[in-house]
Amino acid sequence: MEALNITASTVAAKHPAYRNYIPPAAARRMAPAVKMGVVAANVALEKAQITQPDAILTGSGLGCMQDTEKFLNALLENNEQFVPPTAFIQSTHNTVGAQIALGLGCKAYNNTYVHGSLSFESALLDASLLLEDKPDAKIVVGGVDELGTEFVNYVKMLAEKETPASKIPMSEGASFFVVSSEMGNAQVLLRDMNTCREISVAEISNRVGSLLKENGLSEEDIDTLILGTTGAESDVYYKAVSDAFPKQTTQIHFKKYAGQYNTSIGFAVWFAVQLLGEKNTVSDRKNILIYNQEDGRNHSVIIVSRC
Amino acid sequence: MSERIAITGIGIVSALGTGVAANRERLLHSESGLSLLQKVESTYQNKIVVGEVTATNQELAQTLNLPTKHNYTRTALLGCIAAKEAVKQAGIEDIKEFKTGLVSATTVGGMDQTERYFRQFATNPDTHRYISSHHAGDSTEKIADQLQISEFTTTISTACSSAANAIMLGARLIKAGKLDRVVVGGTDALSKFTLNGFKSLLLLSDDHCRPFDANRDGLNLGEAAAYLVLESEKAAKGKQILGYVSGYGNANDAHHQTASSENGEGAFLAMQKALQIAGLKPSQIDYVNAHGTATPNNDLSESVALQRIFGENIPDFGSTKSFTGHTLAAAGAVEAVFSIVALQEQQLFANLNFTEPMPETGLVPVQTLQKKNLQYVLSNSFGFGGNCTSLIFSK
Repeated sequence: MEALNITASTVAAKHPAYRNYIPPAAARRMAPAVKMGVVAANVALEKAQITQPDAILTGSGLGCMQDTEKFLNALLENNEQFVPPTAFIQSTHNTVGAQIALGLGCKAYNNTYVHGSLSFESALLDASLLLEDKPDAKIVVGGVDELGTEFVNYVKMLAEKETPASKIPMSEGASFFVVSSEMGNAQVLLRDMNTCREISVAEISNRVGSLLKENGLSEEDIDTLILGTTGAESDVYYKAVSDAFPKQTTQIHFKKYAGQYNTSIGFAVWFAVQLLGEKNTVSDRKNILIYNQEDGRNHSVIIVSRC
Repeated sequence: MSERIAITGIGIVSALGTGVAANRERLLHSESGLSLLQKVESTYQNKIVVGEVTATNQELAQTLNLPTKHNYTRTALLGCIAAKEAVKQAGIEDIKEFKTGLVSATTVGGMDQTERYFRQFATNPDTHRYISSHHAGDSTEKIADQLQISEFTTTISTACSSAANAIMLGARLIKAGKLDRVVVGGTDALSKFTLNGFKSLLLLSDDHCRPFDANRDGLNLGEAAAYLVLESEKAAKGKQILGYVSGYGNANDAHHQTASSENGEGAFLAMQKALQIAGLKPSQIDYVNAHGTATPNNDLSESVALQRIFGENIPDFGSTKSFTGHTLAAAGAVEAVFSIVALQEQQLFANLNFTEPMPETGLVPVQTLQKKNLQYVLSNSFGFGGNCTSLIFSK
């Protein structure tokens, strides 16, 4: 895999040929977040050989920025006259989840989480609650964020003022998964997840350690760490976590590949799935631990294992 | 439901006033909070009818004792005040005594400040503090800070059903044993962004809205925040319990991005699921606090869904949007608070401004305040993207 060009301040997604998934007339109206989300969800469903999921759960930190900016600029420029209604409709945060449902004709439970860098994790937690109630449910869960055109520059402007500043460009992407409690043809086991709003650098490795212990694992059982390192000051948390693992544990800094966006941890989970490999394929990796946080807040730990 | 979900505190800020007492008073006097737009800097000032909270941002910030250069948006200010009232009423002194989370809903997030400063972000450093307050999770983080909540905290945004989904997730988190206690609700400030959005979709009425009326011609937007404290039976032990969350259901209409289906499929499925979770027959519902936005499309679709669920025996129903306006992400929580007040007072609220039933269904809502024995109240919230949620509250 190729690392991103870190001299750029923003990096757009490598968009697929959308016509293979969405009728061209519909695709023209859709902003990148909607297109990326709909396609990623459909690819996941295809892989799981599911046509009607039992729930659609979406996480998005900033939602549909492109249409939000389009509508906002139109109303500011024209003094509240001639504003584009379509942009308003599509600026709604749950547009992606709604369009996935509409495309599938899926009337099942549908929810959208918009809690900054914990948006994807919130959707994943909801999925785990559903599976406790209904183990055979097949749930589409994912995260998506788009760059937009303007607001991202202001976010970047603030990030660049920090010392040391993040070396990771702002980016975008969508990662969707089908999860179930039935193993079936499952590729990997999403073993556990833990999130918290605030924790000190001194406490973080203990929190990771107790999650491992709860799952019958130790630091030695983890062969790969996937970390959200950016080069910013709060990297001390990643150092504290990685120091608690044996020296030979592989470390992957996923934002070098995915860039920085609120739901980029979805990419880390996808990365883990690739590393663990498909069922019946050979992989020397067994357990992967993902750790991410933002500015020292909103920490999440996810453990993924080979089936 | 195995574990009962107790409601031990409620808090609200709406066009009817600040605090549950003020809102209760005006509901019981059938006094609407709707008036011409005053506060939002817009060409529609004094022209369109809205449900505006009378307090200014400065007054709200003073109530919270915030420093002068804070970056609390109006959405966050309203949310903090309502959530604090709910926690106070629940008699919680040490929030960390039980594992307590927060699930908050919003659609506009920090847009009320973003739209004010968007053109200045590039050049005016004084406005920069409002860049990080734009995203929807920011108001939730501010509420969590004010309440000192450090456990699971998240934000839901599914348009006009957002807060109902927040209440539903809160109930599920307790039921699953993940939390002992959770503050749930929603907050949305009025903004030029949403006013113009709904205006461009031709969904706004020029007058006071008339839910379920044959001549209804659109909705009035409103701003509000409302929160409930949900507790497990263990955490609520020995406390005054205001009511219970007995049922919840969410379904997708899967019909159109903004319009509801003719047969009200999503609404029908959501109500059906809520009844199922509550273990109730439709005939056990005593009152429906309808979504009833007063748009031609919603009220017809919802009426058809009510007919499908309840058949010939539709319970007393009405919409309180004619009091508060449509408060978007907050609506589900505002109406949850009103449902609790209805259960406490054993009163049905007036569906204001109704004169003539719609010809398609002939349904007539509750027109004046009425005394009634209430055990179960069903509350509906439907949003863009076909997102339909129903909640059932009990005494």
